[in-house]
Amino acid sequence: MYRYDEFDHAFVRDRVAEFKDQVERRLSGALNEEEFRPLRLRNGLYLQLHAYMLRIAIPYGVLSSRQLRQLAMIARTWDRGYGHFTTRQNLQLNWVKLVDIPDVLAALADVEMHCIQTSGNCVRNVTADPYAAAAVDELEDPRPWCEILRQWSTLHPEFSWLPRKFKIAISGAAEDRAATAFHDIGLRIVKGPNGENGFRVLVGGGMGRIPYVGQEIRSFLPKEHLLSYIESILRVYNLFGRRDNIHKARIKILVNALGIDKFREEVEADWEATHKSAVDLPEDEKRRIMSYFAPPDLPPRPARDEAVAARRASDPAFANWYKHNVLAHRVPGYASVVISLKEPGRTPGDASSDAMDLVADLTERFGHDEVRVNYTQNLVLPHVAIADVPALYDALVPADLATGNNELLGDMICCPGLDYCNLANARSIPIAKEIAKRFEDPSRQEEIGQLRLNMSGCINACGHHHSGNIGILGVDKKGTELYQITLGGNPKDSASVGTIIGPGFRAEAVPQAIDTIVDTYIENRDEGESFLETWRRVGAAPFKEALYGAR
Amino acid sequence: MAKPNVITANRLTDGVVVYLAAEGQWTEAIANAQVAEGEEETKALETIAENAVREREVVGVYPMPVALVDGAVDPLSVRERIRAAHRTTLTKDWYDVPL
Repeated sequence: MYRYDEFDHAFVRDRVAEFKDQVERRLSGALNEEEFRPLRLRNGLYLQLHAYMLRIAIPYGVLSSRQLRQLAMIARTWDRGYGHFTTRQNLQLNWVKLVDIPDVLAALADVEMHCIQTSGNCVRNVTADPYAAAAVDELEDPRPWCEILRQWSTLHPEFSWLPRKFKIAISGAAEDRAATAFHDIGLRIVKGPNGENGFRVLVGGGMGRIPYVGQEIRSFLPKEHLLSYIESILRVYNLFGRRDNIHKARIKILVNALGIDKFREEVEADWEATHKSAVDLPEDEKRRIMSYFAPPDLPPRPARDEAVAARRASDPAFANWYKHNVLAHRVPGYASVVISLKEPGRTPGDASSDAMDLVADLTERFGHDEVRVNYTQNLVLPHVAIADVPALYDALVPADLATGNNELLGDMICCPGLDYCNLANARSIPIAKEIAKRFEDPSRQEEIGQLRLNMSGCINACGHHHSGNIGILGVDKKGTELYQITLGGNPKDSASVGTIIGPGFRAEAVPQAIDTIVDTYIENRDEGESFLETWRRVGAAPFKEALYGAR
Repeated sequence: MAKPNVITANRLTDGVVVYLAAEGQWTEAIANAQVAEGEEETKALETIAENAVREREVVGVYPMPVALVDGAVDPLSVRERIRAAHRTTLTKDWYDVPL
């Protein structure tokens, strides 16, 4: 993991002191709310429905046990004992007090964390594949590149006031597990013409009111030019992106207004004119950052563990959990373990302080002191010896953290919705709970197979509904919460935006509608066909018929 | 006829949802909110609330329409029912604001 140097420590401490002063000036009346608002947002502090909400950056979703324990302590001491992991791999606290924020930020700084650039029209937390440095299909670890981008973009003087927020994701694996096509810039590490690694660069993807799948601006960018090329993209966006209409200010609108070819032309022209060596990272600095990400020492172990095999044979609950939540690792005898935050009945992505403490302990005991947050709002221990998996499972069960639903229907992405969010039009949490209840039986989810169900409580799409195989969008129709259902979205390779299937449903009708959609899929699917494959083959007609009949 | 209103805001120091009560006090309990009948009474309460913004007691003041059910204040929108409930979503199986 990256460790702060003296500069980083001093920088974050200075920032804490600066914001402490700003909070004091707000409380004393030297700043009014209009003056204070942009300052607090620059520090990740929102005023939401019930209270202040603090968004804490978890760079590319990577935490040490010490950091996770500190987050647990902060939530327990200054909030209500829980937090919400987000699709940006961050953590949100829902009930912090303004007067406590300086203490919270100081406690974060103690463990090399902060809230800088978790809000505002700047480059937000760069997200990554949660199985980085562990996945069998990985070409290269994306985390060092995330860290390089983080350092470069933090308080970047040219890009601190972009037309709108800016999100970047990086995947270094064959399978896209970071939804790169739905980002302002999506980076895929790929092999180049001479066998060397570089980046395939996508631009202009995004969710929100007008969703787009990112388009390829460059099929191969040599790695050494990452910063200069990204800088040129951001410069063109900064110059030409719309500032007159907040709904049309994201880069996706610019890319699609100009067309990808014209946009590329502008970027390439800027890049040609750039003094690249002044922008790109010097080789020794790159090596210094890379050195922090050396994978843990994992001596190969027997690929098959007899005790684990016996447990799987004799304990169906363990076997089911293992099947879905224990993933192959590139070192024999190890696995990546998904700790589901999607127990039926609970808010997707929420974790109590006790749960965070437990996971921190288990990370120390079994996980080489590294835990990841994935964008689907679960926690991941990337490096666990297979022989330790039963003990890990046994420790998770009493804490209700051993739900075996990774990538199944119950593994829903869900934004906070109208229960917390000032922007929301409708609730999403209770809908998620009702759906989870409907599909609680693991054998039902098993029958369905992998299925991504994503839900947002408003058109801003924090719950990624556009990319759900099944997407649910809450809207307000004349004071009543109504839920639009989209089908066929896909966040992975061959990414797609879901299609609205028909008129919306009232809240109480949503679980039945999902049931109907699932039944229609099962009736129509060919052997081994995923939901997405069936949808792409049969189209909307059978789903419309099942949902709306002759209506 | 105009609906009755109460004045709501968030408390500056902790952001908690509050309602303007009698004598310029702010209360977390909507049951204790002062109800304005008609435009003139609402305006009078808004003036008190704007002063509380200047005095740094609260932020984000606005009037919200309510119904009076047997004398009790009932928020009309789902959003305001949720705000009035001050509730976390941590507890398993919780949900008593009806769907």
